[in-house]
Amino acid sequence: MGAAKTNGAAHTGATVKKRSQAAEIWRRLKKNRMAMLGLAVVLLLVLISIFADFLFDYDTIVIKQNTQIRLQSPSGEHWLGTDEFGRDILARIVHGSRVSLSVGVVAVSISLMIGGTLGAVAGFYGGKVDNVIMRFMDILLAVPSLLLSITIVSALGPSIFNLMLALAISSVPGYARIVRASVLTVKDQEFVEAARCIGANNFEIIASHIIPNCMAPIIVQVSLKVASAILSTSGLSFLGLGVKAPTPEWGAMLSGGRAYLRNAPHLTIFPGIAIIITILSLNLLGDGLRDALDPKLKK
Amino acid sequence: MAEANKKDLILDINDLVIHYETEDGVVEAVNGLDIQLEHGKTLGLVGETGSGKTTTALSILRLVPDPPGVIKNGSIILDGKDVLNMPIKELEAIRGNLVSMIFQDPMTSLNPVLTVGEQIAEVIALHEEGGEKEAAQKAGDMLEVVGIPRERYGEYPHQFSGGMKQRVVIAMALACNPKLLLADEPTTALDVTIQAQVLETMKQLREKYGSAMIMITHDLGIIAEVCDEVSVVYAGQIVEHGTLEDVFESTLHPYTEGLFGSLPNIEERRERLQPIPGLMPDPTDLPKGCCFAPRCKYCTAECEKARPEKKWVNDTHYVRCTRYNEPDFKIERSER
Amino acid sequence: MSRYILKRLVMLIPVVIGVTFMVYFILSLSPGDTAAMIAGETADAETIEAVRKDLGLDQPVIVQYGKYMLNLLRGDMGQSYKSKRDVFPSIMASFPNTAKLAFWSILVAVGIALPIGIISATRQYSMIDNVGMVAALLGVATPNFWLGLMLIILFSLNLGWLPSGGMGGWKNYIMPAITLGTGDAALITRMTRSSMLEVIRQDYIRTARAKGVPEKKVIHKHALKNALIPVVTVIGIQFGSLLGGATLTETVFAWPGVGRIVVDSIKSKDTPMVLGAIVLLTITFSVVNLAVDILYAFIDPRIKAQYKRK
Repeated sequence: MGAAKTNGAAHTGATVKKRSQAAEIWRRLKKNRMAMLGLAVVLLLVLISIFADFLFDYDTIVIKQNTQIRLQSPSGEHWLGTDEFGRDILARIVHGSRVSLSVGVVAVSISLMIGGTLGAVAGFYGGKVDNVIMRFMDILLAVPSLLLSITIVSALGPSIFNLMLALAISSVPGYARIVRASVLTVKDQEFVEAARCIGANNFEIIASHIIPNCMAPIIVQVSLKVASAILSTSGLSFLGLGVKAPTPEWGAMLSGGRAYLRNAPHLTIFPGIAIIITILSLNLLGDGLRDALDPKLKK
Repeated sequence: MAEANKKDLILDINDLVIHYETEDGVVEAVNGLDIQLEHGKTLGLVGETGSGKTTTALSILRLVPDPPGVIKNGSIILDGKDVLNMPIKELEAIRGNLVSMIFQDPMTSLNPVLTVGEQIAEVIALHEEGGEKEAAQKAGDMLEVVGIPRERYGEYPHQFSGGMKQRVVIAMALACNPKLLLADEPTTALDVTIQAQVLETMKQLREKYGSAMIMITHDLGIIAEVCDEVSVVYAGQIVEHGTLEDVFESTLHPYTEGLFGSLPNIEERRERLQPIPGLMPDPTDLPKGCCFAPRCKYCTAECEKARPEKKWVNDTHYVRCTRYNEPDFKIERSER
Repeated sequence: MSRYILKRLVMLIPVVIGVTFMVYFILSLSPGDTAAMIAGETADAETIEAVRKDLGLDQPVIVQYGKYMLNLLRGDMGQSYKSKRDVFPSIMASFPNTAKLAFWSILVAVGIALPIGIISATRQYSMIDNVGMVAALLGVATPNFWLGLMLIILFSLNLGWLPSGGMGGWKNYIMPAITLGTGDAALITRMTRSSMLEVIRQDYIRTARAKGVPEKKVIHKHALKNALIPVVTVIGIQFGSLLGGATLTETVFAWPGVGRIVVDSIKSKDTPMVLGAIVLLTITFSVVNLAVDILYAFIDPRIKAQYKRK
């Protein structure tokens, strides 16, 4: 209470000015301390990954092997120690954020585009089109998603792009379902009928009425899915199906450290913490967005 | 009402103030409300949506959701017992027993995963001697009392229509023969024909069991049908109170008159309805003076200065309106 | 009801066909010469061609797929390229290992999640709620293979209390079950809490309170039964995905389950094994999901009634 009401007190109840929807959501999000913490950390991670080269030079620090200082514990010089090839772990974690974030964002974008389009088409046209698309989605959903990703990456060969594609394909059905459901609920509402009555064509209706109305669940899903894509990336890399050495990737670093668990556990501990911080902040942001977009659920 | 009668009251609420303290400000839901109700009598609480009627009823059971609801002031004496300072155990013992409530929406007020019989039997088993079997037996009886065949004991709420569900709720509320029944718009969610049936059932049963009742509604027709006394609620306060006759025949408050003006009259079709202009004031930002002042055609500068006090015009009838301080003030009344 | 179950089982058939086709097609995209790999590094061109003919790899993918499906109908999933043994019995030999681990993991998960979720919801914003929710957030964010490695560092390497991998006595179960269980527990806790909070706000809970039902009973009898309906679904889905391959955890703990067969076979391009494992896991996954739907119907009378009418 308080701030919002002080300026509201000036005018009487009936004429309270309507804030724009985005501003209202932002206002609610700002009140959620956990979500703001998540947002701050996510922004920090984005900045770190953008300016990674300024922090640590890729060729001379991140990938250059220096076996004389291998497996060193954290020290003033190497804050998080060095790995089995004498590379600075902090530097590799910082550069690893690039891989993780870009895989997460690209994979989610691809699956959102494919899944969203399929879902919108299925929901809007219904009938046979809907049936064919959704049965195909059922098939994709029937395979546990990590297994599907493993199969795709192993068939296409391990590379960052294939990894993105594999993760994208396995989360297509999720988006298709959300968008289809939103389309179905929005489709029959009066404002869409109204748009049809004034002669809008299908494309116009989808673009200007249906899409804005299913944004809320999609935004939430995206922030949560980026997190799970990052988690899956590290999992696949851990299995040796992710990026190729010497590219720094958190899961691969972790996997590399497995052989040295007894004497140099920091090889495994720190990349894991980097993953946790990233996922945690994305989830906090996602939860906060969900609450801000749907105030009914919050209490 | 004379002091001597106080002992006969089933319910005595004095200066009740309830606020909802939300993130967006303090909602002043109930602002100094009084109710005095004698045993076996029926009081109608009439007012617009959001005027604090439901909150008042919930407070009698101490069921105002907390947070955000806070009872700031006042007392609620139910059958001689102080509800607001009662230990929770005692409170649970009177809920559903001494006082019970019928809620507005029968579609959502029954538990979807329990059979209707179980739900009625539960309240009996809680408050009456005897085992589960006896409770089940009596629950079956109650179903029949409200006009539902006993055979439907084992069915789930979703297998009933809205009107039937409300009958189940009524059976549940009356199962332990409460001295006070709170009915919160019990027929609003129902079709008109069903409304009449349900209302008739309620009326008969209330007479049979001799319970006192508070009927919350915005429908003056229902008030006329079932109530002995009427309290007109506006912005969490009673602006006019009296017997049915007092309020209907010698209406005093401009708001009460406005409610009658908003009713279509079938017998004498007027040219047009006379709706009350404007909306209820924002409950987070109530005016300093009379809350009805912004919508009132009799409003003077005096009205906006302070909340009006109760003004008794006879033993049973009072009004809260500043203008009645002027000896010969009268409102225009339409014919009815 | 039984008609519904039958219908759902029949609907599994096109899904299995679709899945096998998809996986077969994806695997056929693999770069590199399978025949050459199977024949071994020292094999000459003729031997490789012989192997290719022998395995039918010279034919178009669609023909190969057709043959595979015909054999599958007879319950024959072919032979492993690598070990030359029949695929079906090899996979079935390790399936119980995966199932046992899944069972204990879900037990750990439910044992942790339900009490915390319920208490968190009924005492919202209390100490228990805050601690529980932070733990759940961390649990969701922690990669389970990393958690597994941390447990190994602590309990196997440093304290020496528990074996770091393989299957043997009950001690071998502890770390893998905790690793898998805590991740799921986090999800189930959050689900239980939000579902409880949702239900507690419902009108029928107010009705129960108005009847004078004691608060404890309101929670256990009126709220819990409703709140658990969606939770059971989540538990079922989690169990399904545990059965559908706890690949990473099985790798970390050298657990001889189906998930590891998949990883090992993919690395050695053992297509029949990969296909067989994925087909079996998919069927398991789908059957568990079906079981969850049926269970759902049993606890929610509204849905049960729908099926009866059909």
